[in-house]
Amino acid sequence: MHAEAELSLNFEIKGKNFSQAGTISTKIKEILQELGIPMSIIRRTAIAAYEAEMNVVMYADRANLTLCLTPAGITISINDKGPGIEDIKQAMEEGFSTATDEIREMGFGAGMGLPNIKKNSDKMKISSIPGKGTSLDIFFSLSKVSEQ
Amino acid sequence: MSQYLHFIRVDTDKCDGRMQCMRVCPTQAIRVRKNKARIIAEKCIDCGECINACPSNAIIPLTDPFGELTKFRHTVAIPSPALYAQFGHKIMPDKILNGLKKLGFDDAFDLAPSCGEVSFAIQEFLREHKGPKPMISNACPTIVRLIQVKYPSLINHLTPLDIPREIAGREIKKKKSKRYGLEEKEIGTFYITPCPAKMISIKQPAGKQKSYLDGAISISDIYGPLLSAMENVENESYNKSLENLCILGMGWAMVGGICRTLRLKNSLAVSGLTETIKVFDDIEKGKLKHIDYIEAYSCPQGCVGGSLTVENLYISYNKILKIIEALEFQKIKACPDIQKVRKKYAQNYFFKKGKLEPRPLKPLNEDLAIAIKKRKEKEEIYASLPKIDCGACGSPTCMAFAEDVVKGEAKLTDCVIRKCK
Repeated sequence: MHAEAELSLNFEIKGKNFSQAGTISTKIKEILQELGIPMSIIRRTAIAAYEAEMNVVMYADRANLTLCLTPAGITISINDKGPGIEDIKQAMEEGFSTATDEIREMGFGAGMGLPNIKKNSDKMKISSIPGKGTSLDIFFSLSKVSEQ
Repeated sequence: MSQYLHFIRVDTDKCDGRMQCMRVCPTQAIRVRKNKARIIAEKCIDCGECINACPSNAIIPLTDPFGELTKFRHTVAIPSPALYAQFGHKIMPDKILNGLKKLGFDDAFDLAPSCGEVSFAIQEFLREHKGPKPMISNACPTIVRLIQVKYPSLINHLTPLDIPREIAGREIKKKKSKRYGLEEKEIGTFYITPCPAKMISIKQPAGKQKSYLDGAISISDIYGPLLSAMENVENESYNKSLENLCILGMGWAMVGGICRTLRLKNSLAVSGLTETIKVFDDIEKGKLKHIDYIEAYSCPQGCVGGSLTVENLYISYNKILKIIEALEFQKIKACPDIQKVRKKYAQNYFFKKGKLEPRPLKPLNEDLAIAIKKRKEKEEIYASLPKIDCGACGSPTCMAFAEDVVKGEAKLTDCVIRKCK
């Protein structure tokens, strides 16, 4: 009946722009709050979105982030232009990181980003072409939970 | 949602719709409609920014008048340590407490030792704490409300310990009623407050049935009378005055005061709502798990920066700091006995009764599908707006205006810039 209820918003993330890093995940959080999404889901989404945003800031040149909301769930898709990931299986391991020393000194690049996204989301799909870029789709289900 | 009490009121006779309040409000809780400011109860967190911003003095904090004292058989003044910072360097806390008694209180209670005890109790708590990190101080009622309204997922990060003024109120009522053979309700406990937020925390405490304080009198109301009352109070020598002080407790008047006492822990202090919001955003992203404790105040520099204080907040900050340095320099060991605190801690002396519940803002609609549609509509309206946040429509930003239109609280034609195009 409410098949047409869909909200889709686009954001642009700039690589290496650390001063703006994290602003998009904050915006996403605020939108979810306006819609009355359960607190626990907002929290998971905010953490995953932040990690995904940071991955772009740290490694890629730029990316498009799309937030898509339906009564069934929240989908965040990020397509970046950047170095891509050589070995996705390895990148999903906790603690694996290709971060430079500078990035590590800032407290990032501990190799927890992708595992953390996987842990906090209900579904995650990642594909990459080395030398071109990475695509990441993260999904959070809203249909299972009817109450908080 | 109108069940939330607020102790900030707009005097519509004085208000001439100059919108300064609307622009400074950190939670966008003010709208100006038909030339008058209106506070949205659900969004207000009682920070008091609007009181300071209003050029017409039309926003009034509702603290208790002095006359309230006559309702009680025995009255006790419990000043916030921020009161000590309002007077020059030569006027020490003991003189101020004596001045309060001259003003008509039967007794005046120095809150600093209670603050010191709670500092130790926080230390004890953090030592055993296995739950979420960082823990956040609940000393500032505005911060507690900010978390309830805008950061509901951080609610279990607030320390479960009660605040010093409440513990002091509880103990004073217990002791005095025994001593004078009175009922606890006949003992009037009055907090001398640097901000209107404490008033709400007394009349409508978050997560607790009832406050142990009976009222709050603002520092700005009591300042003049107190200054005259102190004229005839004898001065103790500076050193003698210092010896009566609690170094740990004095720090509660300013930002960083609690953190100073948690040296073994990794703590962080922040003040001012804009800065606090940045820190809370980082906690939500999971960035601050290495921090044990966060001290946060809505007012810049902590309670000395409260909207109901008199002295310039940097000068009062300096006074508190100087007293603490003097105590440190002279090696005056002005702290509560940690063994006693540990014993009380084990007896649950410091823990708060009741559970704090979040009070998230009402969603655009209870039905998610309708809410999504409305949010989409809001985005479309926003796209058609000038995005200069001029505020002429009476909403603080173009985004807030778009939301007001979607909710039916404003009309698209209220945007004058859009009309001109």
